[in-house]
Amino acid sequence: MSISTALPEQAPLGRRIKRFMSDYPLVPLLILLVLLVLVLQMLSPGIVNQRWIANTIKFAIPLALLAGCQTMTMLTGGIDLSVGTAATMAAFIVATQGVMYDAPTAMMIALIPAVIIGFANGIGVGVFRVHPLIMTLGTSLIGIGCLQVYQRTVIASGAKVPEFLIWLGTGVTGGFPNALLLFVPVAALLLFIQKRTGFGRLLYAIGDNERATRLAGVKYWQVILALYMLSSILAGIMGLLYIGLIKAPSLSLAEPLVLPSVAAAVIGGTSIFGGRGSYTGTIVGALILTVLTTLLTILQMPEGARRMLFGAIVLLVTAAYLRIIEDR
Amino acid sequence: MMRLLRQQGWVVGLLALFVVLLITAKLIQPSYGAGDFGSLVRAVLPYAFAVAAQTVVVIAGGIDLSVAAMMALTSVTAAALMAGASEEFALLVVPFVLLMGFALGALNGALIVFSRVPDIVVTLATLFMLQGAALLVLNAPGGGSAEWLRNLIVGTVPIPVLPDAVTPWFPKALLLLVVLLCAVWIPLKRSRLGLSIYAIGSNQLAAFRSGVPVARTKILAYAFGGLFGAMGGLSLTMSTGIGAPIPGPYLMASVAAVVLGGVVLGGGKGGLLGPIIAVFVLRLARTILTLLAIDPNVTAIVEGTILVAVVMFGAFIAMRSRAR
Repeated sequence: MSISTALPEQAPLGRRIKRFMSDYPLVPLLILLVLLVLVLQMLSPGIVNQRWIANTIKFAIPLALLAGCQTMTMLTGGIDLSVGTAATMAAFIVATQGVMYDAPTAMMIALIPAVIIGFANGIGVGVFRVHPLIMTLGTSLIGIGCLQVYQRTVIASGAKVPEFLIWLGTGVTGGFPNALLLFVPVAALLLFIQKRTGFGRLLYAIGDNERATRLAGVKYWQVILALYMLSSILAGIMGLLYIGLIKAPSLSLAEPLVLPSVAAAVIGGTSIFGGRGSYTGTIVGALILTVLTTLLTILQMPEGARRMLFGAIVLLVTAAYLRIIEDR
Repeated sequence: MMRLLRQQGWVVGLLALFVVLLITAKLIQPSYGAGDFGSLVRAVLPYAFAVAAQTVVVIAGGIDLSVAAMMALTSVTAAALMAGASEEFALLVVPFVLLMGFALGALNGALIVFSRVPDIVVTLATLFMLQGAALLVLNAPGGGSAEWLRNLIVGTVPIPVLPDAVTPWFPKALLLLVVLLCAVWIPLKRSRLGLSIYAIGSNQLAAFRSGVPVARTKILAYAFGGLFGAMGGLSLTMSTGIGAPIPGPYLMASVAAVVLGGVVLGGGKGGLLGPIIAVFVLRLARTILTLLAIDPNVTAIVEGTILVAVVMFGAFIAMRSRAR
């Protein structure tokens, strides 16, 4: 990035910029986001308008919600790969139960599996000390299996996505997507939890040094249980929003977003080993990935080349970003 | 003997579980015999190589999320090269694809070492790249496979000293699997490099201070993972006769079998035998559920439950032994 090109004789300035960027890790991310939007505007002039911005935000929000789950779990050094399943289950169940019940009841029913998955994850990781990667992978397998069985029982009744969710997922009011009504409070809550509550500080503490935290008298399993349940419920809510956006329930609705959600959190500066990161960075990371996807789509490359570029850019950005914020 | 049992307790337990499952299969379906065992081995083949790839990397303290994409890329490359080509040409294709897997694996390792980005993120990125490359090679399932390559895994191996009744229980696919895995794994494990791989997985800092070339070892561990991945890709082409650019369910299965096989995520412990038996157990469990005429969708639930239960059990034992 710009600092690495600084000439030797300008070293003090270069170091000052670097110091500034490592103090405010959000700045380089925002610069990258603006750069991407500028490139997009250059490649296809006139594309960046109010409607495009609303659309981008609309598609970035589900990703940012899932990446929120990853950010929270990564703070403790964990990861939650079952978010895709929790979200898909919520989405599929709300669409099929929407036929029989009114919207609020269907939504409550749809969140039950997410709660169960989160509880199982929390017990496995917190009490039995199973590696989070394995535990969430296992519960995700079980969840998908249950959903397949469930699908057979409702195959005849058809599906109906509640009007409210469609309004929330796709609607735009005065240039602002309605999904912001859900996202802004959720994001504010997550940030509040991370920065201002004892629970949030415990997350950072566990990620930083789990042993020390336990020796200090923290009930490790309680924190982990609460964390994974929170993550899973958040994923369930994302599923409800996402079905409103996509409108077609399927058994692999949110799965393609799982790996990008990890990427978004990592690009946003959350360390996968725990102890460092913040949700603000993750939100910008999700925006960057969404703009990047648009950019690669309008380049009209074959699908294969697009995926290769996506992978390469994610790796490049992460490596560059780690250099910036770590070399003090 | 007792020492061996203690050291290999987990593997012996898995083997016993496998035998119990085999007997169960026989009880449920009296006609379950050598032919079914042969098809089980053929079905296991790509999984086994994926598991081997994951095992090497996990022992070195890493994790490879790109293993399924690596198999897809090597499989389509082999299928595209062999389509319409002569039988002899395939003799060149096989080493080329294996070399490609080795090189791409080494690239994975080099990216991890030089970018200083965590393994899980780098291999996540290479997952997208390899998947994209596979789509560029073939954008729909297609290609072909040489006849002799396909015949490698069909049929059984006649063993002269044993009676005819035993012969059908030795499918060629099993022989191929054992020979290939042993040919790579045994020399690797006995070499200085193998020791270094265990060392960096166990404690990277201690290994570095004892003079182990950490960067080189890590790159080579990923390269061997890539080599096993390429074998898995070739076995896919062998068994289907074509190459498909969309990765199969091998990533999840490989991680599951590695953990079931007693290799600790985080590195430094375990061997290759455990995970390979574990993958047989998982596949056989699936066959039994099919024999029981259980809804195939329930199979996924059972598999997930087995995975979670066994891992919890293992973690519980580890906790007990720590407490003592």
